[in-house]
Amino acid sequence: MKPAKFDYHAPTSLDDAVALLQRYGGDAKILAGGQSLMPLLNFRLSRPAALVDLNRIASLAYIREENGQVRLGAMTRQRTIEFSPVVARRLPLLSEATKWVGHLPIRTRGTIGGSIAHADPSAEYPAVLTALEGEVVARGPKGERVVKAKDLFLTYLTTSLESDEVISEIRLPVMPVGAGFALEEFARRHGDFAIVAIAAMVVRDAARCKQARLATAGAGPVPVRLRAAEEILERDGVTDAAIDAAARRAAELVSPDSDIHASADYRRHLTMVLTRRALKRALKVAHA
Amino acid sequence: MRDPVTVRLRVNGVECQGRCEPRKLLVDFLREDLGLTGTHVGCEHGICGACTILFNGEAARSCIMLAVQADGAEILTVEGLMQNGKLHPLQEAFREHHGLQCGFCTPGMLITALDLLQTNPSPTEGEIREGISAVLCRCTGYHGILKAVEAAARTMREA
Repeated sequence: MKPAKFDYHAPTSLDDAVALLQRYGGDAKILAGGQSLMPLLNFRLSRPAALVDLNRIASLAYIREENGQVRLGAMTRQRTIEFSPVVARRLPLLSEATKWVGHLPIRTRGTIGGSIAHADPSAEYPAVLTALEGEVVARGPKGERVVKAKDLFLTYLTTSLESDEVISEIRLPVMPVGAGFALEEFARRHGDFAIVAIAAMVVRDAARCKQARLATAGAGPVPVRLRAAEEILERDGVTDAAIDAAARRAAELVSPDSDIHASADYRRHLTMVLTRRALKRALKVAHA
Repeated sequence: MRDPVTVRLRVNGVECQGRCEPRKLLVDFLREDLGLTGTHVGCEHGICGACTILFNGEAARSCIMLAVQADGAEILTVEGLMQNGKLHPLQEAFREHHGLQCGFCTPGMLITALDLLQTNPSPTEGEIREGISAVLCRCTGYHGILKAVEAAARTMREA
């Protein structure tokens, strides 16, 4: 269990990283936190010609508020996000989700950009990005482009990014003041990947639900935005009946696969149960 | 690029260096090149936590890092916990509260607990359970470890 040979590069600028990726024409892998890639290398399931290590690009780690968004450098560690006062204040859903990402010694290395680029369907960050309608900035040979969450995830472990593009920044709209939020997850053990997780945000106005946001992890090849379930709450308000109806609708909106961890039916059932729990908890903490 | 590279770093307060291929894992570098065999190699894919070290002050798994990435870094391994011939409060507490049996997971358990207590000096029982869930122990059933970390937290707060 040792990696096969590779060329190792640790560029100190994003431009150099992109140039290296171009030079290897798809045979290089980007090394961010390494918490998913390194196990694949150790097993030799991945045998890239080269690794382009982003860890020496200091300018890729930051959290700042700008234009109604929180912008996070792609190499911002999950542990930094966990303790960030800006994230706690402006994106409490991201704070909560971070506590579910791996374990403490995973989060000290793991990055938000790496987690999103890896596009594991069971990962928490892609679900939050999808629920909050976030976007990523991708840098390639032709410059920068902004990719919305809904256009980013194609299927298992696959994004719409080109092999010579690097995520440089993640942008999430600041959550409305008083918004309720919850991340409900079921996993066999804490720190494991989710069998299913639901990320939820709600904005209340007394008995009305002005805005609902729901997205899944683990309920299909990509995170699923549960728009038709959100609409039930936005139309019918925050009654128990509306929450139940939204949860049932959520289960209809997903097409999970069966694997060794859980059957498709079980994942669909979890989608319903966790949507209900997430909505109940989110509505409880939302300011009416 | 794939030829051996020189890695210079500080381990347990001592300047060290070695030469290795870029593909060499940090845990193997610590054990084979620096002779620090206290850090254990368990699953070799970032699940069991036995190889956990402090990397620039934070707990990290050395089996899923490359040695070359540690160039210029400050590392603490289990060998560096003891100071002036005195066991670290965590080590004392593990001994006192039966926090180990075979000892295989112990280096990773101690280092993980150290980061946990650095960032959260008064953890609840639930927070300790969550923190040490990063490391697999097949002997103790975790209860002794839990008691040990609680005891060490008290000692370290009073120190």
